[in-house]
Amino acid sequence: MGETWYRFRKNKLAFTGFAILMVFVFLAIFAPLIAPYDPFTMHVEDRLQTPGSNYLFGTDQFGRDILSRIIHGARISFQVGIISVGISLVAGLALGIAAGYYGKWVDMVISRLIDIMFSFPDIFLALVIMAILGTSLTNVMIAIGIVYTPIFARIARGATLTVKDNAYIEAARSIGVGDFMTILRHILPNIMAPLIVQTTLSFGFAIRSEAALSFLGLGVQPDVPSWGIMLNEGKEWLELGWWIAFFPGLAATLAILSFNVLGDGLRDALDPKLRNESE
Amino acid sequence: MAEVILDVQNLKTHFRTHQGIVKAVDGVSFKVHRGETYALVGESGSGKSVTCMTVMGLIGKKKDEVVTGDIYFKGTNLTRLSLEDRRRLRGKHMAIIFQDPMTSLNPVYTVGTQIAEMPIIHEGSDKKSAWQVAVEMLRKVGIPSPGDRARDYPHQFSGGMRQRGVIGMSLSLDPDLLIADEPTTALDVTIQAQILDLMKDLKDQTNAAIVMITHDLGVVAQIADHVGVMYAGTIVETADVRTLYKDPRHPYTRGLLNSIPKPGSKDRLEIIKGQPPDLHNVPKGCSFSPRCPYAHDRCQEAPPVVEVAPGHQVACWLMKEDQDHA
Amino acid sequence: MLKYILKRILVALPVIFGISIIAFFLIRLVPGDTITALLGANYNEEQALILRAKYGLDQPLPVQYLIWLKNVLAGDFGISFFTKEPVVKIIMERLPVTLELMLISLLYSVFVAIPLGTIAAVKRNSATDYGASVFGLLGVSIPNFWLGILLIAFFSLHLRWLPSGGFVSFGVDPLENLRHMIMPSIALGTAVGAVIMRMTRSSMLEVLGQEYIKMADAKGVTNRRLIFHHALKNSFVPIVTVLGIQMGYLLGGSVVIEKIFALPGIGQLSLQAITNRDYALLQGCILLIATGFVVINLVVDIIYGFLDPKIRY
Repeated sequence: MGETWYRFRKNKLAFTGFAILMVFVFLAIFAPLIAPYDPFTMHVEDRLQTPGSNYLFGTDQFGRDILSRIIHGARISFQVGIISVGISLVAGLALGIAAGYYGKWVDMVISRLIDIMFSFPDIFLALVIMAILGTSLTNVMIAIGIVYTPIFARIARGATLTVKDNAYIEAARSIGVGDFMTILRHILPNIMAPLIVQTTLSFGFAIRSEAALSFLGLGVQPDVPSWGIMLNEGKEWLELGWWIAFFPGLAATLAILSFNVLGDGLRDALDPKLRNESE
Repeated sequence: MAEVILDVQNLKTHFRTHQGIVKAVDGVSFKVHRGETYALVGESGSGKSVTCMTVMGLIGKKKDEVVTGDIYFKGTNLTRLSLEDRRRLRGKHMAIIFQDPMTSLNPVYTVGTQIAEMPIIHEGSDKKSAWQVAVEMLRKVGIPSPGDRARDYPHQFSGGMRQRGVIGMSLSLDPDLLIADEPTTALDVTIQAQILDLMKDLKDQTNAAIVMITHDLGVVAQIADHVGVMYAGTIVETADVRTLYKDPRHPYTRGLLNSIPKPGSKDRLEIIKGQPPDLHNVPKGCSFSPRCPYAHDRCQEAPPVVEVAPGHQVACWLMKEDQDHA
Repeated sequence: MLKYILKRILVALPVIFGISIIAFFLIRLVPGDTITALLGANYNEEQALILRAKYGLDQPLPVQYLIWLKNVLAGDFGISFFTKEPVVKIIMERLPVTLELMLISLLYSVFVAIPLGTIAAVKRNSATDYGASVFGLLGVSIPNFWLGILLIAFFSLHLRWLPSGGFVSFGVDPLENLRHMIMPSIALGTAVGAVIMRMTRSSMLEVLGQEYIKMADAKGVTNRRLIFHHALKNSFVPIVTVLGIQMGYLLGGSVVIEKIFALPGIGQLSLQAITNRDYALLQGCILLIATGFVVINLVVDIIYGFLDPKIRY
């Protein structure tokens, strides 16, 4: 079919992803108002209820309402997403721009550091950091933030190198604009497109990593209603109630999927050169 | 007269796109005889490449590529053949050389392997004899120490050498028809002359019919026997090369010839005003009329093809009027 | 070619050196030293001093590092504080499980992804192409742990076709071994397959638009030969790059998958080492996993050399 139609459909997909994410954000912000039950209340009479009119997504082994826990879990996921991606973004930008702009030994040291961090599988590195820091929501965000820093650093370094040679940076420097301002004013706008795309995709990574860490028992504390914790508990009760593990996983998948399609859509929209599927 | 190798009759190649139908080739007819070089001349987008790609059968395989008209190759109507039969003809009986030698060789295979592929796929040759063919062809096109260079990868060849390699590959099975799509455009001027000389030599040796696509009238003068001038998907004038240079009739041909700088002349070059038409939206009637200094009302209708002299045909209302007055 | 390989190795060496420093010092960051953990309830100052001296822990940190590095290079990764067995021995017992899991996941993902991506590119905008896009998008989005749980719920608990976990060595019972490996490999390999499929598709699309493909068509090669001989080999370079990166994902993901399916591999071992605060063992696992990934990338670089003659010369 038509290319225009193809693009339109693609944008529609990205837009759908965006809409779903907005719903998640809404749920996260107004969780206490929206959730039908308190996520911690154990309805002892109603343990392991199948999904139905009373409990839309059923209840778990303690009789807690799964839907309410998922809605509160969105808070955890999106909080982790925002803060850990924020850490990666700021740290990665600082390291990458410094490496690209100053070159020489600064670049040497930072680049080697990036190489070394890239030689650890991401989940594994996060696990090791969690082992050192101990389980808590804050530490999860720090660990994930560290793990995804090198990606941003690499993008920022590459883009800075390309931009640096352009005459206007030289010109700005000769006018006497301080280093920091030079960098911010000239380099940042030029690396916006790849950064926005990477940031969007990283939200998905961060949400998945938090769920994985919590699933492994090395993320948030077990009393927090995180999707990963719910999956971990649900796995033990799979035979008696498939829904306990099913719905939190579905929520995580939907959120990650939405970030992925939004990221792909933004990539196509912002910079055709970055497009990974050539048209 | 020599055998007719290629006889194209009223060929139309239309592309269905989302913006409408693109009439890239819109009623082209020409004949090429054995041992003859026919040049298709025109600006980019005039449909000369599409004509040749259609003759080769490289265009027309997909649903959105609509080909009508007839293409007779040594008496056989190619448009009636199956895709498989046309594939068998390609490479063996009819070959093509593309414009950019830098990209027309596969970077992951040696030049020798790529030439040797021809006898292997078309004649079922064993690898050893196919390799000998490859080395022999490289020698023929003037590659020094061809036995060693055959084992080189394309990136180890210079641009000119690559084009020699491509020419060697195209001629390795002694085709009856060779199409050369701007074979020298991407090369340095000195290399251009060498490649043209090589093509002339090879033409004499092989006695194939050659269709040469070019926008360079200098190249035409050097190598062609007959010329067809293309504009917006049609041939507006065709003649033997002498007549065309001496007595161009179509206003577009005149414009093209006037735009070549002449040594010693201090006159300003006459440039054809305007742009070639958008093929989504070709002007009604004569497609050149919006740029033509002699355009008048009748040009709103399709111009007749007038034979102004034996073998010299012009598609223009002016010719019709001259003829009527005579 | 040899020169190229040597150059790649020279680039990898500082990274491996850096990994060793991180593996060493990361553990030193943990509050409480290993001797305290080792002695546990039997802790007394005198014995601690003797043990510290024995393990060289009374030396300054750089000296400790050198002693440790010397031992590691000699193949001595220390003793597990938990099981009192040599770390190397424990790792070697577990390694085959993880390697088998990775290998089967890789085979599964490659054998699904490359044909699917190729067909999707050749038959662009066909039903197969759209199907491939859906697979690509879902594959990269579904977390492997959830996929694993879904597989267990359906194939083990509902249909009762496959065991929900555990491991049987291939040497003991090849068929049972495979029955235990199918679901973990699908759970681990699907995301990798999705990424490789997308890469294959876009890389094939790009190659199919190249002039040398038009040339091959003009030479009269069959469609089959055009795709498999002329196009596919050219699109392999980006595919292999992605494959190398994805091997790291397989390595990391094995931690999660081994936990879900109770496979006694390196991933589960690392988790145990973390839970038990078994630092010598954890150090061994870190060193193995990170170095393993560097070696994989080194192999990928060398494969490039064979695929792309421009790199080789």
